[in-house]
Amino acid sequence: MNDDKSISEIEQEIIEDFALFDSWEEKYEYIIDLGKKLPPLEEEHKIDENRIRGCQSTVWLIARYDNGKIYYKAESDAVIVKGLVSLLIRVLSGHSPSEILNSKLDFMKEIGMTTHLAQTRSNGLLAMVRQMKNYAIAFSTINSTVDKSL
Amino acid sequence: MNNTVSPALDVNTIRDAFPILQRQVNGHPLVYLDNAATAQKPLSVIDAISDYYKGYNANIHRGIHRMAEEATTAFEATRKTIARFIGAASSDEIIFTRGTTEGINLVAYTWGKQNINKGDEIIISEMEHHSNIVPWQVLCQEKNAVLKIIPVDDNGELSFEIFKKLLTPHTKLVSIVQVSNSLGTVNPVREIIEEAHKAGARVLIDGAQSSVHLDINVQDLDCDFFAFSGHKIYGPTGVGVLYGKKDLLEAMPVFQGGGEMINEVTFKQTTYNELPYKYEAGTPNIADTIALKTAIDFVESIGKDLIREHEVELVKYATRQLEDISGLRIIGKANNKVSLVSFVIDNIHPSDIGTLLDNMGIAVRTGHHCTQPLMKRFDIPGTVRASFAMYNTFEEVDALVAGVHKAVKILL
Repeated sequence: MNDDKSISEIEQEIIEDFALFDSWEEKYEYIIDLGKKLPPLEEEHKIDENRIRGCQSTVWLIARYDNGKIYYKAESDAVIVKGLVSLLIRVLSGHSPSEILNSKLDFMKEIGMTTHLAQTRSNGLLAMVRQMKNYAIAFSTINSTVDKSL
Repeated sequence: MNNTVSPALDVNTIRDAFPILQRQVNGHPLVYLDNAATAQKPLSVIDAISDYYKGYNANIHRGIHRMAEEATTAFEATRKTIARFIGAASSDEIIFTRGTTEGINLVAYTWGKQNINKGDEIIISEMEHHSNIVPWQVLCQEKNAVLKIIPVDDNGELSFEIFKKLLTPHTKLVSIVQVSNSLGTVNPVREIIEEAHKAGARVLIDGAQSSVHLDINVQDLDCDFFAFSGHKIYGPTGVGVLYGKKDLLEAMPVFQGGGEMINEVTFKQTTYNELPYKYEAGTPNIADTIALKTAIDFVESIGKDLIREHEVELVKYATRQLEDISGLRIIGKANNKVSLVSFVIDNIHPSDIGTLLDNMGIAVRTGHHCTQPLMKRFDIPGTVRASFAMYNTFEEVDALVAGVHKAVKILL
């Protein structure tokens, strides 16, 4: 997945998808549908270490580092948040730590979902993005360590 | 006063007094149903704040000049109004705080530190706001005291029988919310106070939600402390009130040190000012405190009875219609209930409903409402809460109900 496309190319695809919608209802129906289709996170991963607690809803996030790329899996107890989580994973998963760290996620603004990343929403999304980037920092350190030892 | 309102509750005239109700949200007329979080402000309150800054901004109590005198008079007029509003014996018993939370903390850090010792017991309930849990938890940990909890039943009512059993000769304090911010339950505080006093315990009433809806008379209730916030009774944020019985306030140690609260300072020793200034260190929130009087004048000009009747009708009307929605469960079915309706819907997260309602211009609160233990008791992540004020209409309830129907359709 995302093998050839850059983060900004995927963001552009999403912006184009959303341009087809005429109303907020259609946008949210699409996001909710994405949320429902997001594969559930295995119960064994729904533990406190992976939990990002928002005031409103909870997100669980795990990351795997493979061959220079990070692969994320996440879930939320609220379906709209889950749909947005699905979009963020589509954008960021399968990229290198440096690409992930440099991404600004401007597409969220373009599709009119930027309020969900606002701190006041406290839905766990903003904290999830931070945690995704923290993983990128952590994995980039491992990478350089491995390189040095080789 | 700028806003004159006829004696009968004329909601349209009342609405005209609140400028914010004219605004649009996401392309829809605002339907504001988050009044338990904070109420909107009438123009007269907004004007009172700017009148102070435009006309007589000065520091109070100390100045010799004319404006300082005007500001002091206006500030102290609020204290007198509050004393009458809650039936205190004297305005010396009215301490200005930042809000309910600070009032409760003030008692915990002064009276609590002085009077709670190892093995003593403090009783709170399962429906308390975190503000009426955490200060006591901190105190109990520090003093090796015991925090006891009155359970809540399935209807969202406190078990009075269990409360009586929890009371022992070691109980030093009962700190209880008068109206639950999550459920709307009105607790029988008069009976609770009476029983607690029989056991020799003091009682603090958290009046954050009740002070706007119920008639409060602290002498009649005989509570020892009563805390509430200005912003929930149509006043500004950042100002609240702690009432305490005079003998208790006089005996308690000081809370914060600084200006205003002193009598005489030498490097050897400081003697403290008399009540109520003993607990009001530093320059207070003058503008907002002055405007709090305007808010109370506004509420009283309309009449709490009429407002309450209207709000109870709104709650009943909303409850009836919401209950028809398949899978919807009302959380909090107490017999005596005011001002709000809290609910959950099967297989739908409360925040999803809140997000979609926001797109329709409807402001509700979703989440745990700072009552996580209560949410745990009902085994839910949170609720959707619609809370009402004097300016809400039956048409707005219709908009809420239609909005919830629409949200459910989109979500399921």
